[in-house]
Amino acid sequence: MSAVGRKRVLRTEARWVRWVLISLAVGLTIFFIVLPLAAVFIQAFDKGWAVWQAAVTEENARKAIFLSLMVTGIAVPLNVVFGLAAAWAITRFQFKGRNLLLTLIDIPFGVSPVVSGLIFVLVFGAQGWLGPWLADRDIQIIFAVPGIVLATVFVTFPFVARELIPLMQSQGSEEEEAAIVLGATAWQMFRRVTLPNIKWGLLYGVVLCTARSLGEFGAVSVVSGHIRGLTNTIPLHVEILYNEYNYTAAFAVASLLSVVAVVTLLLKKVLEWKTREART
Amino acid sequence: MQLHFKRPGILPGFWPAYCYSVLYLTLIVLIPLSAVFLKTATAGWTKMWHTISSPRVVAAYEVSFGASLAAALASVVIGFVIAWALERYEFPGKSIVDALVDIPFALPTAVAGISLTSLYAPSGWLGRYLEPLGIKVAFTPLGITVALVFIGLPFVVRSVQPVLEDADHEVEEAASSLGAGRWQVFWRVLFPAFRPALLTGFALAFARGLGEYGSVVFISGNLPMKTEIAPLLIIAKLEEYDYAGAAAIATAMLVASFLMLLLINIVQGRSRRFMETKLS
Repeated sequence: MSAVGRKRVLRTEARWVRWVLISLAVGLTIFFIVLPLAAVFIQAFDKGWAVWQAAVTEENARKAIFLSLMVTGIAVPLNVVFGLAAAWAITRFQFKGRNLLLTLIDIPFGVSPVVSGLIFVLVFGAQGWLGPWLADRDIQIIFAVPGIVLATVFVTFPFVARELIPLMQSQGSEEEEAAIVLGATAWQMFRRVTLPNIKWGLLYGVVLCTARSLGEFGAVSVVSGHIRGLTNTIPLHVEILYNEYNYTAAFAVASLLSVVAVVTLLLKKVLEWKTREART
Repeated sequence: MQLHFKRPGILPGFWPAYCYSVLYLTLIVLIPLSAVFLKTATAGWTKMWHTISSPRVVAAYEVSFGASLAAALASVVIGFVIAWALERYEFPGKSIVDALVDIPFALPTAVAGISLTSLYAPSGWLGRYLEPLGIKVAFTPLGITVALVFIGLPFVVRSVQPVLEDADHEVEEAASSLGAGRWQVFWRVLFPAFRPALLTGFALAFARGLGEYGSVVFISGNLPMKTEIAPLLIIAKLEEYDYAGAAAIATAMLVASFLMLLLINIVQGRSRRFMETKLS
């Protein structure tokens, strides 16, 4: 007991220093991080519930919400399939170029959102590589929904793979090898062994991917063309309302995205707890 | 050749998983991204140089670079205090504060942008108290920096936390029992161990700041030569259908962030070797 007491004297700061640092840390977190989030909700309900409701159910807002959900509905499954395939190849096999593949998966995280939109304009835009060919066939990708989907897929590309790779690496492949040796088919092994092991990590990847694709602004802004009711996602609708000085409506629609953000953080806590529980 | 490419194993599905990952990566990331470099190259280096050396573009680079640097430095200081308190002290509500640190990761950038603008505008909750003091935040480079601190903070906190958690208490205790004061212990014993993590956090925050768009465009005011950021100029070029100009600015941005990450890797490698030789 006395040993513990002595250790404590040696390894920590004076009481007042501790409390100054704790207050400083809490204060800075509130000032820089929490205040901007709180301001969204306060201004969204500034003029009451009815005004908030009118703003989020108005026709263009509804269309923006529908478009965002549709884009997310396409982008997330695509990146889930990729994440599973990439994590399987990388964590279960040794092959040449494995590290290169790992590095390349991270690229979209390092690219500015605006550049992420630009690359698709350069490929599919009117003066892009495929522009004339697409124009001849009357196919529009840029300033239309397919462009928004592509840009969203690009920016959310690494999320699922990034969650699964470390998780599957740490779990190792013994259980899967045992299943195969005992005569399971590939599908049985995946359904009965792999999937139950990775489900929480996979779900967290899906949550991150969904949140980002609902909220992506820069990349989508470049490829969307901002046609109201047609190619406006939720964040772009917020931008238009804000630039029209319709602040209450802008914050009302923004509050929907903020709820998604808060739910994401809550799910993160729950899923972290679940993975820790599953490991022990 | 083929035998060496993959280590033989009994698990199924290498080729489908591998081929699909590589194909998807190539189609979604590599080909579109190469469009930026090809567009710049085919337009010619003189055109590129002409674009990126024009006064307005140089001014935008300066704004982006300066604000990102200032914000990353501020994030390192603030983030370190937050991470320190979270990892070394016990206080009520600690796990809540820890969860709140992730808000900037989860909150869509456009939402953060309008919220920060409303807080720091001359009539805003914070702006109205800062204005009489002669501090203008919104629509100045300081506003861009404040937005980038919001974006950069979690990168620093999350980089430093694991290192603080792993910090070797025995070394610290040894230093104390040999008569070192708290400051000496901090600067001579603890700090060198945190330096690589702080550097990583700094680099991540800085790189993210250079490309950041959504949280900055609203608060910056976008005055040419004064508060215009580099990503915004890409959009301006695209609106003029100057694809080559947009690609040139994007190329310079991509190369800059690539070089910076490379530099950080070298510095980190060196500091790791330094620590290892010192310990051995």
